[in-house]
Amino acid sequence: MENWQVGVDVGGTFTDIMAVGRNGRTFRVAKVPSTPGDQSKGVIAGLLALGIPLAEVTSFVHGTTVGTNAILERKGVRCGLITTTGFRDMLELGRRTRPNLYGLTGSFDAIIPRDCRVEVPERMGAAGQVITPLDEAAVRRAVAALLEAGVEALVIHFLHSYANPAHELRAAAIARAHWPNRHVTVGHEILREVREFERGSTAAVNAYIQPLLWRYLSRLEEELAANGMNRKLLIMQGNAGTMTARAASDRAAQTVMSGPAAGALAAARIGSEAGYRNVIACDMGGTSFDVSLIKDGQPALSAEKDVAYGVPVRVPMIDVHTIGAGGGSIARIDKAGLLQVGPGSAGSWPGPICYGRGGSEPTVTDANLVLGRLDPAAMPGVEHPVPVDRVRDMIERVIGRPLGLDARAAAAAILAVATNHLAGAIRMVSIERGEDPRDYAVFAFGGAGALHATALARELGIPKVLVPRYPGATSALGCILADLRHDFVRSVGRPLLDCDGAEMDAILAEHRAAGEAQVADDGVPIEGLVVKHEADLLFRGQSHVFRIPVTGPGFDPGRVFATFCQLYRARFEIELGEMRAMLASLRTTVLGTRRSIDGGLFARHAAPAEPAIRQREVWFDGRGWETAILRREHLAVGATISGPAIIEQLDATTVLDPGASLTVDPSGNLVIAVGDIA
Amino acid sequence: MSQTIAFDPVLLSVIQNGLKQVASEMDLVHEKTAFSPVISEGLDRANGLYHRDTGEVIAQGDTGLPSFIGILQFSTQHIIRLRRDLEDGDVIIVNDPYLGGTHLMDVRMLAPFHYQGRLWCYLSNVAHWSDTGGMVPGGFTSTATEIQQEGLRIPPVKIQRRGAIDPDIVQMVLNNVRVPEERFGDLKAQMSALKVGAKRLTALLDRYGADTVEAAIGELKARSERMMRAHITSVPDGTYEATVYNDSDGVVFEPLAIRLAMTVQGAQITFSFAGSSPPCKGPMNCPADLATSAIYIAMKHIFPDVPINAGCFAPLKVERPVGTFLDAQYPRPCAGAAAEVCQRVMESVFGAMGKAMPERMFAAPFGTSGNFSLGGYDPDEDRRYIMYMFSGGGYGAWKDGDGLTNGCSSLSIAKTQPIEVLEQAFPILYEEYAIRERSAGAGRHRGGFGLNYRVKLLRGEAKAAFVMDHGVTGPAGLMGGEPGGTLAIEVCQRGQVTLPPHVSKGEGYALEVGDWIQVRTPGGGGYGPASERPEAAIAGDLARGYLAKA
Repeated sequence: MENWQVGVDVGGTFTDIMAVGRNGRTFRVAKVPSTPGDQSKGVIAGLLALGIPLAEVTSFVHGTTVGTNAILERKGVRCGLITTTGFRDMLELGRRTRPNLYGLTGSFDAIIPRDCRVEVPERMGAAGQVITPLDEAAVRRAVAALLEAGVEALVIHFLHSYANPAHELRAAAIARAHWPNRHVTVGHEILREVREFERGSTAAVNAYIQPLLWRYLSRLEEELAANGMNRKLLIMQGNAGTMTARAASDRAAQTVMSGPAAGALAAARIGSEAGYRNVIACDMGGTSFDVSLIKDGQPALSAEKDVAYGVPVRVPMIDVHTIGAGGGSIARIDKAGLLQVGPGSAGSWPGPICYGRGGSEPTVTDANLVLGRLDPAAMPGVEHPVPVDRVRDMIERVIGRPLGLDARAAAAAILAVATNHLAGAIRMVSIERGEDPRDYAVFAFGGAGALHATALARELGIPKVLVPRYPGATSALGCILADLRHDFVRSVGRPLLDCDGAEMDAILAEHRAAGEAQVADDGVPIEGLVVKHEADLLFRGQSHVFRIPVTGPGFDPGRVFATFCQLYRARFEIELGEMRAMLASLRTTVLGTRRSIDGGLFARHAAPAEPAIRQREVWFDGRGWETAILRREHLAVGATISGPAIIEQLDATTVLDPGASLTVDPSGNLVIAVGDIA
Repeated sequence: MSQTIAFDPVLLSVIQNGLKQVASEMDLVHEKTAFSPVISEGLDRANGLYHRDTGEVIAQGDTGLPSFIGILQFSTQHIIRLRRDLEDGDVIIVNDPYLGGTHLMDVRMLAPFHYQGRLWCYLSNVAHWSDTGGMVPGGFTSTATEIQQEGLRIPPVKIQRRGAIDPDIVQMVLNNVRVPEERFGDLKAQMSALKVGAKRLTALLDRYGADTVEAAIGELKARSERMMRAHITSVPDGTYEATVYNDSDGVVFEPLAIRLAMTVQGAQITFSFAGSSPPCKGPMNCPADLATSAIYIAMKHIFPDVPINAGCFAPLKVERPVGTFLDAQYPRPCAGAAAEVCQRVMESVFGAMGKAMPERMFAAPFGTSGNFSLGGYDPDEDRRYIMYMFSGGGYGAWKDGDGLTNGCSSLSIAKTQPIEVLEQAFPILYEEYAIRERSAGAGRHRGGFGLNYRVKLLRGEAKAAFVMDHGVTGPAGLMGGEPGGTLAIEVCQRGQVTLPPHVSKGEGYALEVGDWIQVRTPGGGGYGPASERPEAAIAGDLARGYLAKA
């Protein structure tokens, strides 16, 4: 029995899958095309490609984009809303915004249309007092009307339910008695926090994708079982923890950003193990660049994200900043004569010029090709590549001439501008949070991450770059590494120093008990249990909360206040100790930790029998360099290489610029010392 | 002029982003630490970098209130003119509307930024404080007839000298505003944003060299100007006129006319307001700099891709509207101009551009900030409070689509506060917060819908004030589209419902427990004849009940 732990990451183009067996002593990796119509086909194909018997799988964790994509493409199910009289338009009105900062055009459709939003008489006050009792007959009528209208998933969302959920609970009981499926989402159950639009939107998103996830995950579970798997399917959450497929179907909103979260988690773990606890995880693929900040071995979490315009989801998720910059990003000259790269992308169809699928706009991949950084003979999945000369001519014509540059200089300019955009994204997750990127290492993964990482690090003055052994399968590895995780929040909204410590302790204890029960229910073997408490605080009159850890023993308001003032000053260079501190909410995270993987698993210790010696001219810093082209699988632990060099492997290419040098660390990671331009 | 030599295109983009990020980091610190919800939630603030000689804007943060695009540049220019004694470590505070300002509640600060021993540029910011004194809590009076009634007017004085805060000035300010401890927090937040900005800018100059950055600023300005001129050249030459109206000045019930003649000639546009209404008695006089700023925002909405710096505005010539209410002179009151006149000036530009190039324009948006303030006493908490609320409305339709429902005011990007948060903080209850049906201007594409809310007083007593607009005429349609619905306010006191005599403005409404206020904001104008609206679109609107009741 090999006891395989399997991680699967389904991306837009490829499904990456990794399995680790024999208690972390062996592994397998596979990459198969994704199957957009029914992602489970690709997943099963990937498992077959791995060649492991499913009966020997002890855990199976899946990062999924089913939910996120359904929101982005507006392909969720027909939902209905039952809400407080006077407030059925909440999801459509939002909080009075517009799609763009400047420009007054654009439109917005709520994910639950107005004819599927029904009001019922009921009202709670802000203190949780009943102002209007719930009209139960009206709830019954609303349920019947929505079923009649063909609604599949139902949302029950009342004002101030975070303060007193009694009406929501009663309405839910009535609805569940009549609703033909399990898809009833109750506002406070998804998010027990003040702010009606954000809570309602999160509940609506949950309902919108819940049946899709339910169907997909049920089908996948059946297929896995049919193929011999006898363990529960686990799903990656946006907060980088896992939960069971059943829990994921009920709390579907938590799967938003599931894929990027797995990548960030892997970056955190691999980085820490390699001795880099502060890294900036940079996942670059064909169309997007996902960046997240990992400080002291922990990925940063954000409380809320707009999944699309006017559709906030307020659940803790890895704070991933995404920009439209990838290999397929298109370069053009704008009206002011400035070179711009992205956010438009050639995607995989028609793709970059060099793919030979009719693409005619120069992309970042084309620029890499012209400069010799990519091997024209080894484009993944390209059947009829375009000769490099033609790509070069196109770049010269479209970009070079308007700027007065030759083809290579134009290609170099495209990379430089792209690098600048990537750097901007890194600044967003670091400088905006008061972190200096130079205190971090770049952790480069995804198909294109390691192509640009050294240049990117130089741009920002970052001294080190880490490239994991399998950049393309890093997110799949993240799935294997993820802990079970359950988050809880309770709005308090009282002056901190007036809070009764015992009462706050009771709330935290309730969170803890619920989390432990859920971890037990997940039915997955764990190594240990970790419980973390946090407090959201602000000074009376402010509206932005500041989150601090709450450490025991017990909730001591005075101690919490002192910590708050100290951390606040460190971030904002401002002293506000004379103001009245308010406790906005208490949060708890319960983790069931899983057995970790020793990074040494991926290392190759033997030197290659026949180190392949290939050379190619590659352009750096305005001139051609004879550059060694190496195979990644030939690099043994301890090997050192000086730039320029190109390291190729099936799932990624690493560029080592002149002046940079790399060492293969004991886990098989490439540790690049960025150095200066030679 | 600027060097025509090819500037390294990469370095140029890097510096452009770098400058903007300095301002954006200032915006962020300002917003996170502020106490006035209108700053922290409403983002009613802006931060930027200004040229040491000309005061022209070098860069402004992305999330700054659009309304302040031109304002901080004008304000800096006045301070440069009036305060020749600025030293490293000084900070100026000023809120005088006649000196490049808006209304008294917008407090500006400015710090000279020194690099390697010499003045390099100015850092400046502005924020809407919840109160700066005056006859109405929150400052939104609609009946003041001189600026002294509107609040404390601060000339450009040093609140910090060579790094040391002047406690006399601080005390002087705080003694004249409501809820002074929170205003002290706002003041600190604003000063810490300047401090963080200086730190970040120093790092940028260390990295790229002051001379290189300076050359890049010149080049970026030239490029923005070229870009704006390219856009203007695409507008057919000619003089285009538009006349729009504010309902009244709040004191005399007569419409205030803005008559714009916009002359496009090659790559330049001249704006003239000759023939607009004379200065008014009530607080709707608009400082000339604010009117110019309004033109800038309107142009940025029309051509959003031009990066904001002084070059962007160079092709726009604005004739000073001497002798009209768009050139406020001391002691004319101006509390309502920043929100309501500013948006109407923008609407005049949209209207004139709509004649010049209707296929590229949108019909008029709802055009009011919907300012509603409630000052009261909550006996349960033994607390006096100021509640301040603004609201959205419908956007105008355009060639390719219907207008947005409950959009943000065109001079703002502020989100409204959650109802649950308002009900936690104040003794009020919202009985309704809904789409205002039938408010969209009809057309081939219809406008967006306005908002309809009713709020009831639960405890104690309070006084309500409104400064809104578009209650008499609705936002105009384009290409034969119809105007959006007009704004309406109802006040119910002791069971008696009344409408404010000035329709969209009024103050001093004393409320008791159970009294309520209903506000219906305007919808946006329609685009194209209503007869051309497709059947399916009409059916969709009917199914969703958008056209249900009056």
